Amino acid sequence: MKIHEYQAKELFRKYQIPVPNGKAAFSVDEAIAVAKSLSEKGPWVVKAQIHAGGRGKGGGVKVAKTMDEVTQYAKSILGMNLVTIQTGPEGKVVQRLLVEDGAQIAKEYYVAITLDRAVSRLCIMASPEGGMDIEEVAAKTPERIFKQWVHPTLGLRDFQTRTLASQMGFTGPAAKQFQDILKKLVRLYMENDGTLVEVNPLIQSKDGSLMALDAKVDFDENGMFRHPSFQELRDLNEEDPSETAAKKFDLSYISLDGNIGCMVNGAGLAMATMDIIKLEGGSPANFLDVGGGATEEKVKEAFKIILQDSKVKAILVNIFGGIMKCDVIAKGIMGAARELKLTVPLVVRLEGTNVQQGKELLEKSGLKIITATGMKEAAQKAVAAAEAH
Amino acid sequence: MAIYVDKNTRLLVQGITGQAGAFHTKACKEYGTQVVGGVTPGKGGETFEGTPIFNSVKEAIKNTGANATMIYVPAAFAADAIVEAADAGIQTIVCITEGIPPLDMIAVKEYLKTTDSVLIGPNCPGVITPGQCKIGIMPGYIHKPGNIGVVSRSGTLTYEAVHQLTQRGIGQSTCVGIGGDPVQGEAFIDVLKRFNQDPETHAVIMIGEIGGSAEEAAADWIKSHMKKPVVGFIGGQTAPPGKRMGHAGAIISGGSGKASDKIAALEKAGVLVSLSPASLGETMERALKNR
Repeated sequence: MKIHEYQAKELFRKYQIPVPNGKAAFSVDEAIAVAKSLSEKGPWVVKAQIHAGGRGKGGGVKVAKTMDEVTQYAKSILGMNLVTIQTGPEGKVVQRLLVEDGAQIAKEYYVAITLDRAVSRLCIMASPEGGMDIEEVAAKTPERIFKQWVHPTLGLRDFQTRTLASQMGFTGPAAKQFQDILKKLVRLYMENDGTLVEVNPLIQSKDGSLMALDAKVDFDENGMFRHPSFQELRDLNEEDPSETAAKKFDLSYISLDGNIGCMVNGAGLAMATMDIIKLEGGSPANFLDVGGGATEEKVKEAFKIILQDSKVKAILVNIFGGIMKCDVIAKGIMGAARELKLTVPLVVRLEGTNVQQGKELLEKSGLKIITATGMKEAAQKAVAAAEAH
Repeated sequence: MAIYVDKNTRLLVQGITGQAGAFHTKACKEYGTQVVGGVTPGKGGETFEGTPIFNSVKEAIKNTGANATMIYVPAAFAADAIVEAADAGIQTIVCITEGIPPLDMIAVKEYLKTTDSVLIGPNCPGVITPGQCKIGIMPGYIHKPGNIGVVSRSGTLTYEAVHQLTQRGIGQSTCVGIGGDPVQGEAFIDVLKRFNQDPETHAVIMIGEIGGSAEEAAADWIKSHMKKPVVGFIGGQTAPPGKRMGHAGAIISGGSGKASDKIAALEKAGVLVSLSPASLGETMERALKNR
């Protein structure tokens, strides 16, 4: 689960990690009021709040030297369609701003904490090359990214933070402050079920002190039962409405660019179904996993979500019924096809328990359902149907 | 011989009285698995369709001699259930539960290092030695006793692979679903090591997917150690970066975890990679002929 920068900064404040003074604004008037409450003469920074990085380059972050500029930037950024490297070409409409004090930057650093799957431990990454696209740093100068791993029971040790501080080139009070910030970031990650905590940049001001100029926190959906209040931080405008609707029915749905809608049981088989469509010359419109225990109702909801996508020219159902019986699934498909008055061609591949009964039901249903044996045949038929439709 | 489980395995079910636990306990029994007991705190002394229920794993072992467990406990309590099983001395722990926070699993994994227990999962379909013992949610009837080892991060895609093998008359020694979570017990390499030493296993199908670097690590190991043919498949070749494909671990992030890198690494290690999920059986047939 992703949250906005201003929400992440609130969390940073709770852990006494230094961030610039600032507040969220939902309108131009609010932006002006926030700016006035911060200082008399600025400068201020007006930042677009969307769940994607690369905002500066996309024109979503502006430094205002006068109150007129605050007004001007708030007007231009609010409501703009911000396109960044992370939003995709369609971009995202900005509905929230963060207005904060401008900072005196002497040098920029990078710090992040995430899970290192290879060793099943949290990994702290720090680099003196802050402010840049860190993936670029990782590709071009990987030796400029320094890492330490957090032991599950010993935690982050002083010698580790000391090492990182010296690798960043910090000495004296700045080194102490850096060590303190690292420990707090790890605590924040662990106490809030993070999956990513990233500060890019962490800045050193001209007076030598450190501050998190940006803040990114992603939470682990699986850990959210421990933090019911975090639901308030969710911004539904930032989430794909189809993906949100799917979650309600415990379906896992990701929209893609193609024209063949997919409904599959199991995440692995769903990915493999996308792959085989591509191999056969087609393009999947979505990833959709109805789960191991799909009911008739779930199947119907899955069809509804697939059909909301106007690009869909054919639907491919690929079910390996292990626990679920194929005849039950066939009934679910038939019910959904009738109720939703399906007009796009439907290709169904059933395998597993009671497969014969399932196929017979589909063939006798009078519905225009194309049945297939095996994944390959199913994909070929779906690609052909999408092209013909 | 087989790996992890065989006809002598004595199975406990933690969370036997829950809906999923009850349903799959029945299916495992019907397959022939020796289910010797269940654990549901507070229901000790009761029975579930003839199977005695105990309050703790320790108590269950004392009374039944169980050496394996299958966990269906809800995600919030599953990490604790794994630790309890390991603490009581269970050899093979199979955790089916989906949605355990990785932070909980990091601690569990560290603890398991201090024990002799082996964890399969979480968020996995389980492990089956066809004709002998089924622990998990896989449909038993698609399997056939034989000599192909199957190891996979996925559930239904594994069934697909097994089905393709069985249809061609090729049986399986043991099929292991290691699960789709970022922090898990047995990894590809652990399972491959066992298959390598198992005389009943003549070749292996390895099914990976996008996310992480476990397939690359396995490729390295295969290159220098594996004595048997390996057929591979990587799911998610067409998945876009930054989107989590159902499994918590199936995500391409920061340029790593891509299918193309994994396929290249496997091919370099001599693995016969099938680009199509529909050609797994066929590819294995070829691998066996060329052996």
